[in-house]
Amino acid sequence: MSTPTPIRGATPQTALPYTEQFERLKAGLPGSGLDWVDALREGGASAFAVNGFPTVKNEAWRYTNLRPLEKVVFEPAEPRSDAPGFDVLPTVRAAGTSATRLVFVDGRFRHDLSSAAGLPNGVEVAGLADRLAGDPDWIAGRLGRLVDVDANPLAALNTAFLGDGAVLRIGRGVEVAEPIELVYVTLGREDRATVFHPRTLIVAEPMSRAVVVEHHVGYGSGVTLANHVVEVDVAEGATLHHYKVQRESGTAFHLSHGAVRIGKDACYDSFILTVGARLSRNEVRAELAGTGGTCRLNGAYMVRGQQHVDTSTFIDHAQPHCGSREVYKGAIDDSARAVFQGKILVRRGAQKTDGHQLNRALLLSDTAEIDSKPELEIYADDVKCSHGATAGELADEQLFYLRARGIPKDEARGLLIGAFLAEAIEEIPEDTVRENFQALVAGWLAAR
Amino acid sequence: MLEIKNLHATVDGKEILKGIDLTIGSGEVHAIMGPNGSGKSTLSYVLAGREGYEVTEGSVTYNGMDLLTLEPEERAAEGVFLAFQYPVEIPGVANTTFLKYALNAMRKRRGEPELDALQFLKLIREKTKALNMSDDMLKRAVNVGFSGGEKKRNETLQMAVLQPRFAILDETDSGLDIDALRIVADGVNALRGADRSMLVITHYQRLLEYIVPDRVHVLAHGRIQRSGGKELALELEEKGYREFGVDEAA
Repeated sequence: MSTPTPIRGATPQTALPYTEQFERLKAGLPGSGLDWVDALREGGASAFAVNGFPTVKNEAWRYTNLRPLEKVVFEPAEPRSDAPGFDVLPTVRAAGTSATRLVFVDGRFRHDLSSAAGLPNGVEVAGLADRLAGDPDWIAGRLGRLVDVDANPLAALNTAFLGDGAVLRIGRGVEVAEPIELVYVTLGREDRATVFHPRTLIVAEPMSRAVVVEHHVGYGSGVTLANHVVEVDVAEGATLHHYKVQRESGTAFHLSHGAVRIGKDACYDSFILTVGARLSRNEVRAELAGTGGTCRLNGAYMVRGQQHVDTSTFIDHAQPHCGSREVYKGAIDDSARAVFQGKILVRRGAQKTDGHQLNRALLLSDTAEIDSKPELEIYADDVKCSHGATAGELADEQLFYLRARGIPKDEARGLLIGAFLAEAIEEIPEDTVRENFQALVAGWLAAR
Repeated sequence: MLEIKNLHATVDGKEILKGIDLTIGSGEVHAIMGPNGSGKSTLSYVLAGREGYEVTEGSVTYNGMDLLTLEPEERAAEGVFLAFQYPVEIPGVANTTFLKYALNAMRKRRGEPELDALQFLKLIREKTKALNMSDDMLKRAVNVGFSGGEKKRNETLQMAVLQPRFAILDETDSGLDIDALRIVADGVNALRGADRSMLVITHYQRLLEYIVPDRVHVLAHGRIQRSGGKELALELEEKGYREFGVDEAA
């Protein structure tokens, strides 16, 4: 064999439709022709072409098998002007209050559904496509900076197709009291499977403070793949509260790769509530890149039927005097399955690190399953790190106590599950968001 | 009110109750005394309907109903109340929330209107005051971080709120000092009435000085060995349970 193997020949079979899509569509994507954008996309495309979809042989994907996703060829979602299937967009606000809310339908920013009322000076919110078309310079050095496409195939795929999403810039010293809401609506199509790759960039400049809430909702019965990448830069002394609730429909695949950088004395406080999707994965990689930083990755999930939910977090203590806290709780019913992989790395020199991780799962049926893998890797000697993982059932004596007081069995179970999840939800310091999430939990329990 | 006939029950395949006969009339307070392991708690769990306590023979008729066919919550709605020997801690559920759920679930089952927040608060205030309980105890999670005395007072509060027709008090005196015992006993005595019966289960005679029973039964080896008036309790205090083949100081 004297002819060299063409690079395309090395591409895994399942990746081929997407590399072909990329070649077909790249010239028409927003910002195409800008050198840095083209280079970013080509980098993503070639990384995905080499690796394809991750398999269970990949340690980071050991418990989440993407085979059901590989069996379907997802077509890129087309722009649409309709928004059928929903009347009321989700919000954490009280009705009638002014809102900063960016709405995306099948991955595309929708001016007609969005508003940016009452933002203070120094805060910029925009759709990524608009930004690429109109004012790309500021994002040029920032987009893609925190994501390693070679190590993360789905982030690579997102990068290849990046074109729309949200760009938030909280200017130096600016405090935004009201939450900024991002609403990602998945509609899909009945006649074919569709994919979109939203990209969210959040930059909290030094000494700023903001609350960002992501809603991911789905309607309809089309098969969809939302392949998100979220890049978050919390600069020196800034505080970012970043909350997410995912309640897509039962035919949806929801994959999200979060890359977070936390600067000196900065605080990143996050919570992810997962209720929806057939298969979902939230991967978050957070780097404590300056001394005195704080990272809070909390969450809760409630799954039933055949749902699969994967939470994979990596907290990198790269500098001393940083704290991290992670509290995850989940309720797993029917034949649903949950995965929790939480790694904390404390690098040499990251003295006085204070890391705490807890993940607890409640198994509500004999066929429910949790795979839990906490991992501590510590190279410094003066640190305080702990982790705990438990999986259990509802306690019989508690159930009997409630029933003996007249509370019917199902209601008693709901009360106990709600109490179990409440411990995680209470980690949210923002009242409006916490109460909204509590109501969502109550709604899930009532629908059991 | 309650008629227990030849009741046999097993736990984990082991027979604990070996033929209990007991009849309690309306408005009567009966005491069951017995040494450890005699089956006192088993009897209370069987009457309240706890899973894992299997009735193998006999019957329990409660106000004309076959009690044993009812779910625990149905028994509660029919007015059966078990004051637990070891009240269960329920983290994450506030005491008031729990009480409100319990009261309204039972009212609903009986076809009575549920109480709104205001009506409920008024009722609770009145009952907690009588039991010398703080508002703080209402806000805290059910029994979490409560002292032994607080837990028993909490059981008494639930009883006062739910107004059962037949209350089983399982070792209500255990872990109580004399002051707490008095408060709890006062709470229980306040509930005595012509249409409310009680079964007081205890190891010691002390409680019966405060909650004076109409009848006293001695339970040993899974059977009622002897029945009598309240003076039987004093006799047991003196002689212990040796007479019933149990070598233990009472």
